[in-house]
Amino acid sequence: MHPVAPQTAAAAGADRPPAVSFQHISKSFTTPRGEFNALSDVSFDIQQGEFFGLLGPNGAGKTTLISILAGLARASQGQVTVMGHDVVSDYAAARRALGIVPQELVFDPFFSVRESLRIQSGYFGVKNNDAWITELLEHLGLADKAKSNMRQLSGGMKRRVLVAQALVHRPPVIVLDEPTAGVDVELRQTLWQFIARLNKEGHTVLLTTHYLEEAEALCHRIAMLKQGKVVALNRTSELLAGTASTMLRFKTDQALPASLAAQARVTGRIAQIKAHDAEDVERILATLRGAEVKVEDLEIGRADLEDVFLEIMGGGQA
Amino acid sequence: MAGWQVLFYKELLRFWKVSFQTVAAPVLTAVLYLMIFGHVLEDHVKVYGTVAYTSFLIPGLVMMSVLQNAFANSSSSLIQSKITGNLVFLLVTPLSHWAWFAAYVAASMVRGLMVGLGVFIVTAFFAVPPLVEPWWVIIFAVLGAGMLGSLGLIAGLWADKFDQMAAFQNFIIMPMTFLSGVFYSVHSLPPFWQTVSHLNPFFYMIDGFRRGFFGVSDASPWLSLAVVGISFVGVAAVALRLLATGYKLRN
Repeated sequence: MHPVAPQTAAAAGADRPPAVSFQHISKSFTTPRGEFNALSDVSFDIQQGEFFGLLGPNGAGKTTLISILAGLARASQGQVTVMGHDVVSDYAAARRALGIVPQELVFDPFFSVRESLRIQSGYFGVKNNDAWITELLEHLGLADKAKSNMRQLSGGMKRRVLVAQALVHRPPVIVLDEPTAGVDVELRQTLWQFIARLNKEGHTVLLTTHYLEEAEALCHRIAMLKQGKVVALNRTSELLAGTASTMLRFKTDQALPASLAAQARVTGRIAQIKAHDAEDVERILATLRGAEVKVEDLEIGRADLEDVFLEIMGGGQA
Repeated sequence: MAGWQVLFYKELLRFWKVSFQTVAAPVLTAVLYLMIFGHVLEDHVKVYGTVAYTSFLIPGLVMMSVLQNAFANSSSSLIQSKITGNLVFLLVTPLSHWAWFAAYVAASMVRGLMVGLGVFIVTAFFAVPPLVEPWWVIIFAVLGAGMLGSLGLIAGLWADKFDQMAAFQNFIIMPMTFLSGVFYSVHSLPPFWQTVSHLNPFFYMIDGFRRGFFGVSDASPWLSLAVVGISFVGVAAVALRLLATGYKLRN
């Protein structure tokens, strides 16, 4: 089933600017070892109402791209707009349209949760925001922490406050930079329910994450970055359809024979090997039998986004 | 409240929540200076011919406290936010460079003037200098606090680490305030050091400020006003330029 929002966005036509538009973005840094290109000619649009995933290994340039979007860094070349507003020349309008949840767990130790949120609202010129702040606190499971000083909160709670801070001014575009890194299951679920609701209400969401199952479950479209370049950009469903259709999964305590080890993805006891058809499955099983490898919990399943990701990033080495 | 007013209010809250350290401590330091130097020199030194040393010292200490605390406020707030990373909350807002400047400098001025007033009130137990031309007191206190608040903003933007900030404070701000005539009249110096003192804008701030109390000064108050006013505009222009270009804020 195709997601609804991008179609509505497309149907609305050219009178609605893209929620976010990256046009020929390059960014280079001068390092002691010479010029380093963090981003090279990155271009893509995110339509209004989309839930968009930005994936890539560490150092691929995801955070740099988001920093340029948020005005925290300047592009060496190219232009970024948010809801049609240039992030440099029309920065005030662009930033009003944008809510960023930063990757780093930062907080102001001088203030309580509610004070932090009131102050953040004030920076955006939003007055009498207490009703919305209370709603945010409730949806993010922070209601009983409103008066706590930021220093007293656990890491997970601080993360929730960061999400609330990004949303105080009700931005149409929400950017989450690895929001669930090191976060417990409960918060992940609370967070995704809330963000999914906001997306249904029309907010555009841009997400970077290392948890590919989250991206697969949530994102309508996905862009993959590798060494500062866009290497894939498609609907999630099409990315999944375009890869080898089946995966053979099993558990084993033994080492795989060399011919299989090269193509297998091993996580602890679990091994996954790509299989194109039934013959392929038979061949793999025969090889395992021949090498006297004992397998448990054997199953054949569909490839997931992680398989696509690894294939695009160049084999099982990512 | 407009965005800059919220930032101003946040900056006030920031120092007020730790006022023991940011207001009470510098008042105590100034009073200790007064007790020690006043005790040692009261009977030996007369300034401008007739003014008792303790009485002379009080305006100097008040102004020194105003200047140092105005500087400390904007500089320490910025460097702390940079190092802990929470400056990002401000960087993602639509606030302009004017808003940043107005909020940081105004909050610095409030802290500087608050500490100055505190020093004045406490030192009143030791001596009360006359207030011959009070308008100069107000003008130089406000301009001096504004200039040091702006200088603190520049230092806070420039410094990447706490020790760079400490170097700025200890090797630039401290010598310039101490050598500006807080503790002495520059007329008592040898001619060479008098000339050097006249190149230090801090000298004019303290001299002009003291003029308001005693009606006597080493330099003309109008010259002092011109020097301090031009210095303030210059420093403010640099601070605004750094903010507008995102110096060390937006790479």
